[in-house]
Amino acid sequence: MSKKSTTKLDLVSLVKGYKDSFPFYQVLAPSGEIVHSDLEPKLSDEELTTLMKRLVWARTYDKRVTLLNRQGALGNYAPGGGQEASQIATQYALGEKDFFAGTYRDLAPLILHGLPLEKAFLWYKGHMKGNEYPEDLQAYAPQVIVGGHITHAMGVAFGMKKRNKKSIVLSLSGDGATSQGDFYEGINFAGAYQVPYVAVVQNNGYGISVPVEQQTAAETLAQKAVAAGIPGIRVDGMDPLAMYAAVSTAREHALAGQGPVVIEALTYRFGPHTMSDDPTRYRLAEELGEWEQKDPLVRMRTYLSNKGLWTEEQEKEVAESCKQEIKDAVAAIGQVDKQKVSDFLKNMYEVSPQNIQEQIAEYEAREMKEDE
Amino acid sequence: MSKKTMVQAINDALDYKLSKDENVLLFGEDIGPNGGVFRVTDGLQAKHGEDRVFDTPLAESGILGMSVGLATEGFRPVPEIQFLGFILEAMSPVVAQFSRMRYRMANTRSMPITVRAPYGGGVHTPELHSDSLEGILAQVPGMRIVIPSNPYDAKGLLISAIESNDPVIFLEHLKLYRSMKQDIPDEDYRVPLDKAAVTREGSDVTVIGYGLMISEALKAAKELEHEISVEVIDLRTIAPIDMDTVLASVKKTGRVVVTQEAQRQAGVTGQLMSEIGERAFMYLEAPISRVTAPDSVYPFGAAEADWLPNAKDIIKKVKEVYDF
Repeated sequence: MSKKSTTKLDLVSLVKGYKDSFPFYQVLAPSGEIVHSDLEPKLSDEELTTLMKRLVWARTYDKRVTLLNRQGALGNYAPGGGQEASQIATQYALGEKDFFAGTYRDLAPLILHGLPLEKAFLWYKGHMKGNEYPEDLQAYAPQVIVGGHITHAMGVAFGMKKRNKKSIVLSLSGDGATSQGDFYEGINFAGAYQVPYVAVVQNNGYGISVPVEQQTAAETLAQKAVAAGIPGIRVDGMDPLAMYAAVSTAREHALAGQGPVVIEALTYRFGPHTMSDDPTRYRLAEELGEWEQKDPLVRMRTYLSNKGLWTEEQEKEVAESCKQEIKDAVAAIGQVDKQKVSDFLKNMYEVSPQNIQEQIAEYEAREMKEDE
Repeated sequence: MSKKTMVQAINDALDYKLSKDENVLLFGEDIGPNGGVFRVTDGLQAKHGEDRVFDTPLAESGILGMSVGLATEGFRPVPEIQFLGFILEAMSPVVAQFSRMRYRMANTRSMPITVRAPYGGGVHTPELHSDSLEGILAQVPGMRIVIPSNPYDAKGLLISAIESNDPVIFLEHLKLYRSMKQDIPDEDYRVPLDKAAVTREGSDVTVIGYGLMISEALKAAKELEHEISVEVIDLRTIAPIDMDTVLASVKKTGRVVVTQEAQRQAGVTGQLMSEIGERAFMYLEAPISRVTAPDSVYPFGAAEADWLPNAKDIIKKVKEVYDF
């Protein structure tokens, strides 16, 4: 603790200075040029190509699932298009044993972390089997309470530290989550216990319709880490290489026992909040146009094409195979048995108390009648 | 076997589980070197180490949210909420998260969390240190609310709660902490969850309650013993309720008084009355009666004695249903 005293009480310039402490990290400019080679992640050509494949896969997924929702084939959907660098490059930096805690917008990275596609679709459909996760899947089901998973993620990380595991926890959230008390409690505990946790905040500018400037007087969200005494950085969330580099560095920091990191990813969702949202009520078309110029896929495509690592054919191939996977998954979920009330009553407790036992019997009798 | 208070009995249970299961973790505000504000965790950090028994920042949602994560990582968290009134800061982890995790994850994950919290009045606390909030919590599916009425049950129920793979909210009445001593076996034993106790057998009127109201009901039964034979049922697990035990008694006596220290509206006694009415109406010789606190905010300390329901109120209602 600093023991230096001061006689200066210039509050206005004090708050103005906060933003200067949070420079913005970028590796790949929208043009596809490397702007900071010293920050460039050390990825092999093969790894770079894999990352690009994943970005294309996620964009195809977003477009296809949006369409399926419009057709009524799947339940509600929260689009991720535009946020691929923040979601997919982030997840790409994780190890297999790392734990992933995301939100309802983070299905594409959750699938890439190991969730079978049919399960994601069953989740959209509101079927209990959607969250019947394999035992070794290191992830939570998508969190619906904005910011609710930040304290859970910190808790898993604390558990990993207690067990001396060589793994970390990664959470994805939006800017809205940083307005929640749980966000602060989560990062504050994480700092107090120095747990291996990386919190990536996808600042897409809006909590549904409320702009960040109306959510907080803080000019950056990264600076919220300062209050918890942990590192906070701002990254171009439309830049896959910057996101990969930032998350990898934060992960190494956490694995080295140096504690948690908050990463603010500056990004934008091209689509609506969910399929029942109309963004023209709160966003200007020009704004969307400006952000489309920063498209993570465009800059990565240019970068890799210039290196001779990416072709139009490859891109088509990934998109086609993604569409086929989706087709197969949609067919597979059509074969899943209808869920019964008696089934999920059995999931309330390990040992059912009297009321649940009675209700299971009641619903089983009713369901048997309906089957006849 | 030795005479112990509820504080010592709970400390015994925690010590036993910490010794037998390396996944059990105790944490909360001031529970480490300080041993908790009621000394319930006294000596446990020194004995089991700072890795197993530790202090947390002062933030209830953080404490219970962290419990979710630790349970995910295979631990058996036993967090303390310093006073039940403070759990209002943590309703999201309780109601929106750990109580529904087994359901949410289609039975592939469990949340073996036991949240301990002192509650209840009669000891002149500041505001929000004495509230009986069990009725709010009792509506939440997927967890159990357990409230011991004596030191023996406290140890046995707490061991059962910690061993359960489902979440338990374990509530300890402030006034019971040191007001009675009982013979407690030194070794471990279990009092089952989901099972009410017939604390005193009787044949004329059934009084059903939990927590401190059991002491009051027993006082009432004793005072009435030469005129009315009162049976006392201690729910122990107040949600979900063991209706089998309740109904067996109701069918025997036909006259019922239900009691809780909490306010009257929408509480556990309301649930008891409706279940009894629905399932045993034809056995009733009189309308079910109830003894509760009135529907105000928990009162300022100096008004406490007039507000809290007690043995006198129970006697009055028992006589009413007996003479109906």
